[in-house]
Order: sequence, then structure tokens, then C-alpha cells
Amino acid sequence: MTAVAHVQKSPLGRQLAKFAKNHAAVAGAVIVGVFVLIAIFAPLIAPYDPVQTNFINVRKPPSAQFWLGTDELGRDIFSRMVYGARASLMAGGISVAIAVIAGVPFGLLAGYFGGWIDSVISRLIDAMLAIPFLILAISLAAFLGASLTNAMIAIGLSAAPIFARLTRGQVLSIKSEEYVEAAQVIGLRHPRIILHYILPNSVPPIIVQATLTIAAAVIAEASLSFLGLGQQPPNPSWGSMLNTAKNFISQAPWMSLWPGTAIFLVVLGFNLLGDGLRDAIDPREY
Amino acid sequence: MIEIVFRRCIVVLPTLLIVSMLVFGMQKLLPGDPILTMAGEDRDPATIAYLQEKYRLNDPIPVQYVAWLGQILRGDLGISLRTEQPVLGLIVQKLPVTIQLAAFAMIVAFLIGVPAGIISAIRKGTAVDYGINVVALSGLSIPNFWLGIMLILLVSVQWQLLPASGYTSPFENIGQNLRTMVMPAFVLGTGLAGVLMRHTRSAMLGVLRSDYVRTARAKGLSEKTVILRHALKNALVPIITLSTLLFGELLAGAVLTEQIFTIPGFGKLIVDAVFTRDYAVVQGVVLCTAVGFILMNLVADLLYIVVNPRLRDAA
Repeated sequence: MTAVAHVQKSPLGRQLAKFAKNHAAVAGAVIVGVFVLIAIFAPLIAPYDPVQTNFINVRKPPSAQFWLGTDELGRDIFSRMVYGARASLMAGGISVAIAVIAGVPFGLLAGYFGGWIDSVISRLIDAMLAIPFLILAISLAAFLGASLTNAMIAIGLSAAPIFARLTRGQVLSIKSEEYVEAAQVIGLRHPRIILHYILPNSVPPIIVQATLTIAAAVIAEASLSFLGLGQQPPNPSWGSMLNTAKNFISQAPWMSLWPGTAIFLVVLGFNLLGDGLRDAIDPREY
Repeated sequence: MIEIVFRRCIVVLPTLLIVSMLVFGMQKLLPGDPILTMAGEDRDPATIAYLQEKYRLNDPIPVQYVAWLGQILRGDLGISLRTEQPVLGLIVQKLPVTIQLAAFAMIVAFLIGVPAGIISAIRKGTAVDYGINVVALSGLSIPNFWLGIMLILLVSVQWQLLPASGYTSPFENIGQNLRTMVMPAFVLGTGLAGVLMRHTRSAMLGVLRSDYVRTARAKGLSEKTVILRHALKNALVPIITLSTLLFGELLAGAVLTEQIFTIPGFGKLIVDAVFTRDYAVVQGVVLCTAVGFILMNLVADLLYIVVNPRLRDAA
């Protein structure tokens, strides 16, 4: 009996093994990991101060001194890229945290209680999902005022209905499980049932969705900063770097090449990671 | 049938009402007192009182909302602060440009996404499938505004093949119109092609496993006939339904694409409005987008009932 238990892997172990076999997912995890390390150790990696202007070295192409060249104010692009990773990853992480914190409780309430609570919350979700994610984020950022913090709030609130709808669906299927019915029969209080029985079982798909939403949030932050609604100068963010770079396309093409490549890699990393997690957790074939 | 159509239409009403509340609520997010901003530097009490009266700001919020909704229902979306034109007029004027861009982008997305999805499904598990998936995921991961900048750099600056920006109406000069639309449509279309490819692949995989495809193969039909006549025809229904859901992504993508290529459409309207703090236009654009999206979903839903005999009979 014990021998059998040792041979059989736990569900988590099986999922980890499945994930580790998926090369694309592992590549995604590595890409994300590298960028997270760059963001954490930015002060150690960046050779120059990212906001220090240097008018002798304006728009210099990549060289041994400035690996990725300099921008229109002579700032080192490599150093700005390294610090820009902080803005992008922080925006991705925090806005998705806001979305989860704002969305999941509504999903739990709607799915668990049903009835008029469900009707009201579901219509609210429908209404918010009817406004395209980026358009909602741009409008909210416009009304809240241009700053990185407000951009994160705007992106987080715009993504919240995705999590509310996902959680609601999860709760609806978990609610009819025998252990939840048993908990109700023995008279456990609603908050306890929701937090101890339903929420933990809804977590895996929420993690998958969160990973994929970070990818969307990184693009959204870059888009808002590109439009001037996110990170404000002189602080670097990949989106705001592209915003200035577009004015120098023909004179200094390197200015637009690197920030875009970085956004692409991080977003690809999170997408690969999210797809891999979904395949590992979700037993369906496609 | 009529009853189910009626019921679907009724269900949409509360969603529309909540959208209107959200859009109305946006103006309450504005930091500071908008009236003080509008009143100018001298902040003349008479002007402030006049503006408060004009915008009903002394009334309780629900009363303000009902008055605002009444205006909206009469087709009055307010006046643009910047151009002093009615917001609805501005939207109607800009919309055809974006519709043309969106239609071209959809064509690009279909031409790339659907064949790629079919090949990927037929060759499931092979290097071809893997390669197509990686390309599709890359398409989804490239920020389209950056792709736009790179294309301008390559096609317009280096090769000098196409204009980098600007827009010419098709009624003025169709050739020039097409030249200005190629790059934006490609930029907007490639991201959607990735989504369409994934939908097509999973729809095809589902259909390829079905009994009628097995029967068609057992009859000895050629693989080409099985795929194109039997499988694709059935897989297209969910693909087309899902494409209506891409409407939102198209509009959102158009915001940045139009900004990069300076195309005077719906997306550029909202961005310009954001920069000039023309909040009535921002609200108007958001409201129209949401209403358009809800109505498109309703139409897709109804079409689905009409084309699907099982649902039609049930109705």
C-alpha cells in the first residue's frame, strides 16, 4: 500500500512533470525569470544612470561604450532598458494583482449565491467586457490622470471582469461537488465554505489566467506609456521609450529596436508560460 | 422563434443600462472640480453658478444620470470641447475610416489565420504544427504599435515603397487610399491572425474527430475533399461566430495603429480627445464602442440561431 503511494505522484507532482516536459513552457519560464532578475538587480547591471542626460553623446549608435546606443538626450539606452524592465514587470504584476483582488470576490459571490446577486454581478461583468480592454484602460487612465500608478489601476480594473467571470464559472462547477454539499449539510457558515472549500479549488485556472493576463497587461502598460498616459519622463519605461523613438525613426533606428524587442520577449515569455501552465493543469487536449 | 429573438433582445437591455452607468460614472473619477477648470482663471462666481446650473451639478447624482441618459437616448452625446461640434457627428464622421481599416485587417487576418490553423490541425503534433504555433504566439506577443514603427522603418524609410503615414479618402484617390492602408491593415491584421489561427486549429481538431468526417473518409473521398468540403465547412461556423468577438480587439488595436500611421479614424479621435481633455468625446467613443459590441454579439447570437437548425427548431 505504502509502496503504491510512493510510486504514484501527487496531482501537483504530475502537473510539474508535465510542465517540465513542455520545452516551450520551460523556455517561457526562463525568459520571464531572466527579465525578473534584470529588474531586481537593475542598479547592479545598468552601467549608467538611466535619467542622466549627456549632450555630448546624443543619439550615438551602439558601440563598446554604449552597448545599445544613446537616445535623443544622450542617455544610455541599455541602462534605460534595464530600469524599464522594472516599470513593465511591476505594471504587469501589480495590475493583475488589482484585477484578481477586484474580480475574484465578485465571481465567488455571484457563483455561490446565485439569484439576484448573480444577475447583478453578471450584467456588470457583461457591461465591462463590452468595452474593449485597451479602450477602457485608456479612458480610465485619461480620467484618473497620467501616471504609472494610475495606468496600473486602470489596467487592473479593466481586467477585473475577466477574473470575475472565470471565478464565477469555477464556483458553479465546484458548488455541486459532494464535499461542498456535505459542508453545507453540516451547517458550516457561508464565508467558511467559500474560503476553505471553494476558493482553494478555483485557484489553478486563476493562476493560468493571471499569467496570460500579465502578458496583456505588459502590452497595455507599454501602450499607455507609448500614448503618454503611463510612466512619465524622465523615468524609463519601454513604452515611453518607443514614444520618443518614433520621432527619430530614420535618424536613430536603434532607439525603437530594443524597447520593442524587450516588450515582445517578455510578453512571449508570459504567453508561453501561461499556455504551458494551462496544458499542465487542464487535462483537455487542446 | 420570434419569442426567443425577443427574449435575447430583452436580456441585452440591463447590460446596456449598466454600460451607460459606467460611462456616466467615468466623469466622476476626474480629479478636482471640472467646473472650476471650465470657469477659467478668474473663477467668476456668476460663471460657476451658470455652469453648475447648465450641467445640473447641483442636482443629486441619480437625477444627473437620468437627465444625461435622456440626452443620450435623444442622440445627443454632448459637444466636443475642442472642436465645438456634436460628439455624435464627430464619431459618425470618423467611423467609416476605421471600418475600412478594420475590414482590411480582417481580410489579412483571415488570409493568414484560417489556412495556418487548418494546416496546423491536419499536421497536429508535427514540426509544422509546432512552427505555426510559435509564429502565431509571436504574432500575439508583438505590440502592434512597435510592429508599425518597424514596418515604417523598413518599408517607408529604407525601401521607400509605401507612404509612412497619412490617409486619402477612397472617393478621392482609390490607389493612394490602398497604398496608405496596406501597412496599417497588415499591422492590425497580424495580431488577429494569431487569434484566428488558434480558433481555427481547435475548431478543425474538434471536427476532424467527428463521425461524419470518419464516414467521409470511409467512403473513400480524397483527403482534400474531406478537409475542404466536410471538415472546414463545419468548422467555419464557430470561427465566424468567434470573429464577431474580435470586433473589440480590432477597435482597440485601431487606437494605436491609427496613432502610428496618423489615420484620422475612431481610434485617433479618442487619443486626441484624451490629450485635449475632451471628456465628452472620450465618453461618447467608449459608449458607442460598447453599444456596438453588445449589438454585434446580439446579431451573432441571432444569426447562430438562424443558421443552426437544431437551435432554430428548439426555438
